[in-house]
Amino acid sequence: MAAEKTITITDSTGVHARPATVLVNKAGNFSSDVTVEYNGKSVNLKSIMGVMSLGIPKDAEIKIVAEGADEDEAIEAIYATVKETGLGE
Amino acid sequence: MAILTGIAASNGVAIAKAYTLETPDLSYETKKVDDIDTEVNRLHDALTVSKKELEKIKENARLSLGDEHAEIFSAHLLVLSDPELITPMEDKIKNDNVNAEKALDDVANMFIDMFKGMDNEYMRERAADIQDVTKRVMAHLLQVTFPDPALIDEEVVIIAEDLTPSDTAQLNKQFVKGFTTNIGGRTSHSAIMARSLEIPAVVGTKTVTEDVSEGDIVVVDGIDGKVIINPTEEELATYKQKQADFEKQKEIWAQLKDEPTISKDGEHVELVANIGTPDDVVGVLNNGGEGVGLYRTEFLYMGNSDFPTEDEQFEAYSSVLKQMGDKPVVVRTLDIGGDKELSYLDLPKEMNPFLGFRAIRLCLERDDIFRTQLRALLRASVHGNLKIMFPMIATLDEFRSAKALLLEEKDNLKAEGVEVSDDIEVGIMVEIPATAVIARQFAKEVDFFSIGTNDLIQYTLAADRMNERVSYLYQPYHPAILNLVNNVIEAAHAEGKWAGMCGEMAGDSIAIPILLGLGLDEFSMSATSILPARAQIKDLSKEELRSYKDELLSMSTADEVEAFIREKTNQ
Repeated sequence: MAAEKTITITDSTGVHARPATVLVNKAGNFSSDVTVEYNGKSVNLKSIMGVMSLGIPKDAEIKIVAEGADEDEAIEAIYATVKETGLGE
Repeated sequence: MAILTGIAASNGVAIAKAYTLETPDLSYETKKVDDIDTEVNRLHDALTVSKKELEKIKENARLSLGDEHAEIFSAHLLVLSDPELITPMEDKIKNDNVNAEKALDDVANMFIDMFKGMDNEYMRERAADIQDVTKRVMAHLLQVTFPDPALIDEEVVIIAEDLTPSDTAQLNKQFVKGFTTNIGGRTSHSAIMARSLEIPAVVGTKTVTEDVSEGDIVVVDGIDGKVIINPTEEELATYKQKQADFEKQKEIWAQLKDEPTISKDGEHVELVANIGTPDDVVGVLNNGGEGVGLYRTEFLYMGNSDFPTEDEQFEAYSSVLKQMGDKPVVVRTLDIGGDKELSYLDLPKEMNPFLGFRAIRLCLERDDIFRTQLRALLRASVHGNLKIMFPMIATLDEFRSAKALLLEEKDNLKAEGVEVSDDIEVGIMVEIPATAVIARQFAKEVDFFSIGTNDLIQYTLAADRMNERVSYLYQPYHPAILNLVNNVIEAAHAEGKWAGMCGEMAGDSIAIPILLGLGLDEFSMSATSILPARAQIKDLSKEELRSYKDELLSMSTADEVEAFIREKTNQ
């Protein structure tokens, strides 16, 4: 069983260095494996270079997947961060 | 002992040990290793030390430049903890029995190539970020010193090929007593920063990085543009005296700090400052500035990974306005494009960036970017005495369109219930000769002019100011320039408007008497030039200088103008 959440990016500049930094830091707080999927590619959300390499633009739909002991908390916290920072919804 | 001559970029004399700011030799040998655990530990140690350094740099940047500028280092720190980077490096050491240097280099290059291959300018630039951080780790593996301006903790003079904006941003005035570079001119970024930091600087020495060795004692004479390497006892004494004299002179200037700028015959002009960030306001007030004549907003956009949001801009503008109280603050809207690039704004390369898609031209086409800035300015307007000016205006239509957008956003904000000042003057920067020629027509519609001489001179003389081979054509006293300036001032006064100047020329001791005689109302310059200018104007008679006007305007060469002014003002 894994927890997941689909998010639409609303920030006009997409997932650039600043939001990527925030997301990676947040994901790093959890023991679960956390990945982000975009455009058929899946990368480790705890890797800044992985996230950046996706080049996620505005209006993109991304899927966050967490698997592990704290998967639900991880998804909830990451989704809350996305909304708070205005990155997406 | 050796003496180099360069361009005096920032006043004062600095004497200290040389600190060379250049990337050391990071070449390494590929080695087979047997003790894998030791090698993995070496890698981790280098990563740990590098992270500690970056934490320190981040903290310094946060204190001196604010949270915004410190953010980039958060991303750099994450790169050094990135499992996708570190695990492959460890695997390489374990599986291929190679040394940590080789593992680091191979894995980093894989990522660098990947980012370089992406079809987006912003992502391609991230390759440079990875390069930066991995260089630091490599330096630690090789046990060579990686120079870092923010880590300096003893008194030094910095020696460099050139200083980037982020290098200069990290300089700590407490320890960095001065700097000198191979390249650059009076208007290059590093020179402007030196003046706002108030540290002596000599740029454009061509060879200083070759002539100075680490640890040499170096004198930077920012008054006469000289660099003395390992001075003799005698010279050292001379320069210590010069340094003391300069300090004394500064004290005399300081007494004029809270006085208005009044000529010998009792005429008042306004001496204001050019700034780039809210942090510069302290320098303006300490130097007795009567306002801000040019707030260059592009620093908010540069050295950043994203467009600044409306709120971020609002914070910066409000901060400047609040600090300045009721003193005027002229904000120039975004002047970007051409040679000033933004990593996150993908613009095609141009053959002639100075004549290209930039400033107001870009803002009118990308009105989404422009409206955000205008809204932030309008919202901030209630916190002080705001004036807005548009850069690179070539036609009245451009001014009308820009002003229409401003008024539209004002209405929008009011409809949203946001308070906006009704007393915002809206003017233009005069830097295109066409605009100076028809200043009379412009004067009917604008509230003020600010003459941007750096660009006006290069456009009028058709000489790229970055090109050293044509630098002799950069002539502020060229009669053509004086005639254009005069035309703008007369046009403004005929309509009851004011005219200012915000180029380097406004703080120049030869130009000041000329401009005073032509009737310029506002002089905007580096903050450190204000007090010397005030002292100079105190001894000048505006009436007398006005009587030379016709003669000056009909002179044939810049040399003639300069000689005439030197004679009349005993310089």
